Amino acid sequence: MNAPVEADEVLDTVGLYCPVPIIKTAERIKRMGNGRILEVLSDDRVILIDMPAWCRSTGHEYLGHRRQGSEYRLFVRKTGGRETTR
Amino acid sequence: MSDMTMARPDRIKAIGLLSGGLDSTLAARVLLEQGIEVIGLHYSTGFCMNDHRRAMARPDEDPKRMRNEGLRAGADLGIPIEILDAGEAYLKMVLNPKHGYGAKANPCIDCRIFMIHGAAEYMREHGGHFVFTGEVLGQRPMSQHMQALRLIEKECGIEGYLLRPLSAQHLPPTLPERHGWVDRDRLLGISGRSRKEQMAWSATWGIGDYPQPAGGCCYLADENFARRFHDKRLHTDPDRIRREEMILLKVGRHFRLSPGVKIIVARDQSENEFLARFDLPGWRFEALDCGSPLTVVEGEPDDDLKLLIASITARYSDRRHEALVEVCARKGDREERLWVPPVADQVLERYRL
Repeated sequence: MNAPVEADEVLDTVGLYCPVPIIKTAERIKRMGNGRILEVLSDDRVILIDMPAWCRSTGHEYLGHRRQGSEYRLFVRKTGGRETTR
Repeated sequence: MSDMTMARPDRIKAIGLLSGGLDSTLAARVLLEQGIEVIGLHYSTGFCMNDHRRAMARPDEDPKRMRNEGLRAGADLGIPIEILDAGEAYLKMVLNPKHGYGAKANPCIDCRIFMIHGAAEYMREHGGHFVFTGEVLGQRPMSQHMQALRLIEKECGIEGYLLRPLSAQHLPPTLPERHGWVDRDRLLGISGRSRKEQMAWSATWGIGDYPQPAGGCCYLADENFARRFHDKRLHTDPDRIRREEMILLKVGRHFRLSPGVKIIVARDQSENEFLARFDLPGWRFEALDCGSPLTVVEGEPDDDLKLLIASITARYSDRRHEALVEVCARKGDREERLWVPPVADQVLERYRL
C-alpha cells in the first residue's frame, strides 16, 4: 500500500452507495489540476473494487487506501488521461 | 449531416451504452478493433440488483457480486466510463411507459429509448460521431426484434446514427457505415437468443470476466419485485410514487392487508438496519425480549389490523413457537403493547405479495 498521508482535496461519501461515490469522484476530479491528489472517504467496502476499476478506465492513478475503523480513505492522483468530456 | 460519403475524420468517436454485460462489452470491442475511440455510458437506474446488494451491506456477501460491471468493463477495455444517474425522469418513465410492460414490470422498449436518447444528447453536447449499443437482433422478445429496433431508433431522434455492431450484418447500413467511418465488413452478424457466438468472440478477444450472460440484474424483470411493483401502482397514484418507495419494494417480505394498508417485514439483521434507517412516518412493530424482525406499516391500520400485524411480526420472531408473544407498536410518541399468537402460515399466505 503506497497511499500518501496528505491529499490536496477530500471528498466525503460516507453513507453513500455505488455508484454515487464514483459519480461524485468524477465530478470533483474534473475540477482539479493534473497531479493533484484526491482523498475519498467511504464506508462502502466494494469501492475498493470500483475505484481502482474507475481509475483504470479513466487513466487516473489509483494510489491505494487506508482503513480507519469502518471507513476507507482512498487516494487518487489526477492525470491528463482518458477522461470523459463532462 | 447529409447522407453521402464523407471524408473520414482523423478520429472517429462513438458513444455507447455499456452495462458491462457480455453484449455491450463485445460491441465496444468490435469498434475498438477498428481504431474507433469509444466512450461508455453506464446508467444508474435505481433498479440494479448489484447496487441493492451493496446497500444491504451483508458482511458475508462476495464483493465481486456487488461490483459495478460498467466500471469493470471500462477498465478491461481501457475506455472511459461516464456513470449517469437516470434519476426521477427514469422513474416517471417506469411508472408510465408509453410502450407498456413486458412479462414482469420491465418497460424494455421505453428503457432503451430513454437510454439511447440520453446517449444522443451526450453526443450532441460533448461531441461524437454516432451512438452504439450491444443490442442483438432477436435476442429479447420485447425490445430486440426488427420492428422494435426500428421503433427505438426512430423515437430516439437519431435515425441513421445508431449502430448495433453485433447484429449490423443483418440490419440496413447505418450512416457511419455509409460514410466510411466504420468498416461494415468487420461488424458482426449475430442474431437470436443463443449466446454461443458472443462467447466465441469473447474467447477470441480474451474477454473472460463478465457477468453470466442473460443472468439479469434488473429488478424490473424480477417476478417477486414485479408483483410488489404492480401492487404499488394499483394502490397509489403513480404520479405520487417516490424513488424511496421503489427502494422499499426490494426489501423484506411484503403483505397487503387491505387496500389502504401494507406491511414490510424485515428478513434479517441487515434488512432490520436498512428499514430502521428509513424515515418512514407510519407504525413500526417489534416482538419484545427476543430476536425480532422490524415490521413497518404503510397506511393507517385499525385495531383489528394492528393485532394481525403484531401476529405476523410474532410469526417471524424467535418466539414464533410460543402461544402468546408480546409485540410493541410505535408511531412517533405513541406506543402500544399487544399480546398475540403467531399467525398461522395458511392465513399469512392470503396476504403475501
